Amino acid sequence: MVKEIERAGIPVVHCCSIIPISKTVGANRIVPTIAIPHPFGDPALRLEEEKTVRKELVKKALKALATPVNQQTIF
Amino acid sequence: MALPYRIIHCLNQFFGGIGGEDKASLKPCLLEGPRGPGNILQKFFPDIEVTATIAFGDNYVAENTDRAVREVLDMLRPFFESAKAEKPVMLLAGPAFNAGRYGLACGALCKAVAARYEIPAVASMFPQNPAVNEYRKDIYIAKAGEDVMAMEESVRKLGVLGLKLLEGEAIWPEKDEYIPRGFRQNYFHTQSGATRAIDMLLKKLKGESFTTEYPMPTFDRVKPAPAIKDMSTARLALVTSGGIVPKGNPDRISAANAQCFGTYSIEGISAFTPESYQTAHGGYDPTFANENPNRVLPLDAVCELAAEGFIGTLHEYYYATVGNATSVANARKFGESIAKILVADGVQAVILTST
Repeated sequence: MVKEIERAGIPVVHCCSIIPISKTVGANRIVPTIAIPHPFGDPALRLEEEKTVRKELVKKALKALATPVNQQTIF
Repeated sequence: MALPYRIIHCLNQFFGGIGGEDKASLKPCLLEGPRGPGNILQKFFPDIEVTATIAFGDNYVAENTDRAVREVLDMLRPFFESAKAEKPVMLLAGPAFNAGRYGLACGALCKAVAARYEIPAVASMFPQNPAVNEYRKDIYIAKAGEDVMAMEESVRKLGVLGLKLLEGEAIWPEKDEYIPRGFRQNYFHTQSGATRAIDMLLKKLKGESFTTEYPMPTFDRVKPAPAIKDMSTARLALVTSGGIVPKGNPDRISAANAQCFGTYSIEGISAFTPESYQTAHGGYDPTFANENPNRVLPLDAVCELAAEGFIGTLHEYYYATVGNATSVANARKFGESIAKILVADGVQAVILTST
């Protein structure tokens, strides 16, 4: 899905926990996330802390979208 | 080598009989004798004796590959320090079918064990398993079917290839149904290369089909799209393969091998609540996603960042499917359909989350 959307000219940031899969599939902008069952969260944290972590991760994804790349890049 | 051949078999927590997704973060453990597919292996091949089974949580190995590999190597050391007759002679792993995490775990363990203990290692995977590209050069990968329906034939191919390796028989990727490793083997052909090349050329000129002797690798890579100049004015859309859907899964997206994706409005919604949303994904423990679906698709954080001016506007729908042993062909189709809608709506950037 990442590739087909990017093929249409829209930059996609792939946020996932298993980087080798994302690389094999062919994502160009990859942001590693926290864990497979909760990529954008950490149940061990307090709710507010977890939210902060999530926002930071989304900011990182936005930064990846705003960063020119000419090959597969892990942020 | 004395018969029966003593082998070690690697399985994930599910096929090892330990548990489902709730046990996916389990550290590798050593079990005596065969489990699940190992029993089928012994039934088909009386010359094979599964000495021990290593069962591991597939999330654990996929997320902590280096640590898990070290743990398994340590676990196996006593076997290789035992009297010669007792030593295992081969490692088999899977079938992992089209399961990405399971495949990666099998690949990593086969590669490490083969290198450390100098025994052949064979994994069994569906050719489109993402782990195949990662490991095909390092290990033997017998072709498996797409899912567990193909268990028996997949186990059979794994066993046949393993036995041939142990007995030092010649093997060929096409004939023995394993993934080519990129090695060249010499053999005598009845016709010279020149004759075969001319034959192929004539067939090509006549428009007939022919089989190349040296297939070119196909790298389907997409050129990175240009970066967004200013996210604070850009239009963003959200897509996920993590299965976040409205409660009740109205489009009945399958928990595995999804046949469709869902289109869901987020107009006026600033966060996913556990009362109204859930995950439909059958490939990970859903506890955390069901407690708070924003952990898989961070709508709450995206909306706050939009309100704070980090994002221009948000596309009014999000798109969700389940990326659990979903075929590449289907994923491509979903991606093409979603892309069309996004382009038509003037979306400039996409965050796609996966579990």
